[in-house]
Amino acid sequence: MSLLEVRDLQTHFFTRAGVLKAVDGVSFDVAAGEVVGLVGESGSGKTVTGLSILGLIDPPGQIVGGSVRLDGQQLVGLDREALRRLRGQRIAMVFQDPMSVLNPVLTIATQMRLALQAHGRVSKDAARARSIEALAAVRIPDASQRLDAYPHQFSGGMRQRVAIAIALLHRPALIVCDEPTTALDVSIQAQILIEMRGLVRDLGTALIWISHDLATVSSLASRILVMYAGRIIEEGPTAAVLRNPRHPYSRGLLRSLPSRAEPGRDLAQIPGTTPSLLRLPKGCAFRPRCPEATDLCQQPPLLERHGARAYRCHHPLSAEAPA
Amino acid sequence: MSAPVEVEEASKLFRPRLTLGEKIAAALGSLVETRTVRALDRVSLSIRPGEVVGLVGESGCGKSTLGRIIAGILPPTSGTARIGGEPVMIGGRKRTTRVQMVFQDPFASLDPRMRVGQAIAEGPIAHAIIRRADASPYVKKWLEAVGLDYDFAGRFPHQFSGGQRQRIAIARALAMTPDVLVCDEPVASLDVSIQAQIINLFLKLRRELGLTMLFISHDLGVVRHISDRIAIMYLGRIVETGDARRVYADPLHPYTRALLDSVPKLVLKDDEIVSFKAIRGELPSALSPPSGCHFHLRCPSAVDRCRSQVPLLREIEPARHAACHLAPIG
Repeated sequence: MSLLEVRDLQTHFFTRAGVLKAVDGVSFDVAAGEVVGLVGESGSGKTVTGLSILGLIDPPGQIVGGSVRLDGQQLVGLDREALRRLRGQRIAMVFQDPMSVLNPVLTIATQMRLALQAHGRVSKDAARARSIEALAAVRIPDASQRLDAYPHQFSGGMRQRVAIAIALLHRPALIVCDEPTTALDVSIQAQILIEMRGLVRDLGTALIWISHDLATVSSLASRILVMYAGRIIEEGPTAAVLRNPRHPYSRGLLRSLPSRAEPGRDLAQIPGTTPSLLRLPKGCAFRPRCPEATDLCQQPPLLERHGARAYRCHHPLSAEAPA
Repeated sequence: MSAPVEVEEASKLFRPRLTLGEKIAAALGSLVETRTVRALDRVSLSIRPGEVVGLVGESGCGKSTLGRIIAGILPPTSGTARIGGEPVMIGGRKRTTRVQMVFQDPFASLDPRMRVGQAIAEGPIAHAIIRRADASPYVKKWLEAVGLDYDFAGRFPHQFSGGQRQRIAIARALAMTPDVLVCDEPVASLDVSIQAQIINLFLKLRRELGLTMLFISHDLGVVRHISDRIAIMYLGRIVETGDARRVYADPLHPYTRALLDSVPKLVLKDDEIVSFKAIRGELPSALSPPSGCHFHLRCPSAVDRCRSQVPLLREIEPARHAACHLAPIG
């Protein structure tokens, strides 16, 4: 059995302008200790998928269908108290902006102690010892002294390390990371990626790594899910998907990367813009931007599975064609 | 429309404003501790007419400050910036329209209450580049140059997506017929597919208008794609300059090498490989940069001299400069 089973998840936002289907029938599994990359552009639903798993959807948003099971336990529809007990303990989240989880007026020591005491009786001394251990694990130098500092006394990279340390406090089975290194400089991003990779390997923590950056995902995740307009349009082993994408959108994303093009030449570009979720085209949502589209694409394509690979396309690219 | 850019020994110091209490204390003769940030430390850079120079560095390295000095938005504390031989600023005020700037955030750089056509025509009318009566065809010309319909001229910025807004910001800058365009992270806030569209637009405009450009970005892939030459900055100083391809293929400065190595690359093989290396340590604070070479604390090859002596930017190979005592590193 998988650690996490998401089945036909539907998270909609009921706005004055209409119903926004941010996540519209998403299904995937995450095995214990597995690192899964979730990629897509803004508005593709990757963040809302992450928030839905943790039960962090507030009105006007609502999970209107599907299920999320962690170790077999259904999370959709759990009451607030039951979710609170799970969050932080069995499942945790790291956000792009660490200040969204750190309280600016409390020391790191206090915040970590509160996080520990939220899930059981822990003495002050024991909490301090465990906090120092957690900060050292994410390579914060002088952890025992830095523990008494306030968030603003840390650099951006160090704050994100603190947020990761807090997420790891209870050794959760799954951590959802939403663009955790996007706001950081490349040299700091590289440090955190390498540390993260070591930590999850040592602790056996499963990760859902949400990012728009294919290169970052490819250096971390063994499996990749590509989202477009609220749906998963392709999934498979990361290197295989990047080597030989089957969905035209995945290929378009790869081809538009400057690092893969001859300098100075025009980049291959996906025409048009991501559609508004309020006015999605009929059938395949990528149809108006797709070079392969035909009349058949007016019918919504289903996610077809072929071994480890899956794609949602009437005209999948050849299994041999490189990106 | 092209002219050379010359920056000579430009420095920029930022001092926090004194509070009233501190002013009184200073007037009474007590020593007030002022924390000065040297954002730019005697930087010289020249851009040939029609050349695109990519300016790369991590946050706080001074790349935006240098861009703003060239664009005439920020006066340097000392040193000068010239375009086609004329100083960009005289007496702390911008004295030329030969340079324009495109910013990172197209949501912040357009007035939300001004129609797009009006925003594009405003500058050229004020500077007598066109007459008010000729505004419509002029706006049409520039909207079409950046790939937008003239129909959009009557709309407001909120009716556009991020990529379209960046096109409008570019049209607005170009309508001033500048010789030089300074672009500060113009694609950083855009999605990958939209980023490619805007990069292609820059390539096209460059071919058609022969623009001289300073392209500031933290994204090494984007900069490599668009630039002829690149300059790499670290804590207020340029540490390396040279032909883009040669710098990427064979960096001369240890920081350039470390920076290039820290970028994750697409992993296309099934067996997991480390596609990047991390630079050890943190970026030092610009309030108290390390002595000597600013990079010595993080540099794998640093020797005693690096701690005491500031390395000057010198020619290591023809048309390639690096500020490193040990360059070329083996």
